[in-house]
Amino acid sequence: MSSDLQDQDYTDELEHGEELWNAGHRACAGCGPALAMKYITEAAGENTIVTNATGCMEVVSTPYPESSWGTSYIHNIFENAASVAAGVEAAYKSFDRRDPEHLDVQDSDDLNIIAIGGDGATADIGFRALSGMLERGHDVLYIMYDNEAYMNTGVQRSSQTPFGASTTTSPAGKESIGNDTNKKDMASIVADHGAPYVATASISSPHDFKQKVEKALEIDGPKFIHVYAPCPVGWGFDSAKTIDLAEKAVKTGLFPVFEMEDGEITSVNKIRDREPIEEWLEHQGRFKHLFKDEEQGEVGIEELQEWIDNRAEDLGLDA
Amino acid sequence: MSDTQDPYENLKITTGVVAEPNTSRANKTGSWREFKPVIDTDACIGCGQCDTYCPDQAAKPVEGEDFYGFDLDYCKGCGICAEVCPTDAIEMVREVK
Repeated sequence: MSSDLQDQDYTDELEHGEELWNAGHRACAGCGPALAMKYITEAAGENTIVTNATGCMEVVSTPYPESSWGTSYIHNIFENAASVAAGVEAAYKSFDRRDPEHLDVQDSDDLNIIAIGGDGATADIGFRALSGMLERGHDVLYIMYDNEAYMNTGVQRSSQTPFGASTTTSPAGKESIGNDTNKKDMASIVADHGAPYVATASISSPHDFKQKVEKALEIDGPKFIHVYAPCPVGWGFDSAKTIDLAEKAVKTGLFPVFEMEDGEITSVNKIRDREPIEEWLEHQGRFKHLFKDEEQGEVGIEELQEWIDNRAEDLGLDA
Repeated sequence: MSDTQDPYENLKITTGVVAEPNTSRANKTGSWREFKPVIDTDACIGCGQCDTYCPDQAAKPVEGEDFYGFDLDYCKGCGICAEVCPTDAIEMVREVK
């Protein structure tokens, strides 16, 4: 290695833009959800109030007295990001009606209210609050970043953990394949509440994700985006591969990317020559048992592939 | 980012703690790094993929140049930039401290 490579340093010569998701956050190297936060702030802009459930993104971004956020931000306990967002929205509507001059934001329509939670905070612990927010029809965008387990507390399984994954509460062993359930279909559940806009996106396609955030914020009523965000530490892969694994999850059909408007699927990101799920599994430590024990592995992989195939057929995923 | 205020100055803890925005810049995460990205300035085409996919806002255009550089105050050395670079202009080298 030549010494001039070691000495290269452009730190003081860089052009930084107006960043609303700031460096210095304590997310692990190669964090997928941290990228999702960056894209959310880029799409939503400064005129945004974020309510954030307890979880990785809250812990890494707001250790007092620091904040990584350039938007207004409220941390709330694990289960109620949706309830707090609903309260903020109701308060804004009320202030706007009673004394429009009083607000910095003159019209509550100009304001973006975004609730953010991880898969555990959204699909499990905060599910009741989310359901209430959807059913009451608050004008809030809820974004669930999905890293497929409770990563902040030490990789416990959630209802978004895929079949066969070894976690600390679904360890693989002689008698266990690892997690024995498939991912809960949050998009359909939210759409069934009557939400006007539901979408899934992956951090491997930031342009698509940001467009969906922008589109959702234009729509009145409760909106939901399920964004896929790999976790190098919890899944056991090289931190450089975060984008690659997010892309592979889409290409194998494990995480289909689509939009639903007023309960109907309106667009599906079609996949040509869908890859077998092994292509995605083999790079991750949490699935290594599936490749060690041939018999157990084959059964597990087959079951996961079958679930993916059935979903692909339902959605018309294959091009 | 010298214009960022120091959140630890006159630190008080009030009920319902409120932190000033954008203050995590006080936390220089560059110290975590084991590998650091170096750019081949001739091979870089300035596409900005490294910037797009950097979780730490550490890959940015170099002022007055047509290539990108890295903010070593914050880069954690994850290696995503080297992985997504379409011209393989970024190499991860072991950090020497």
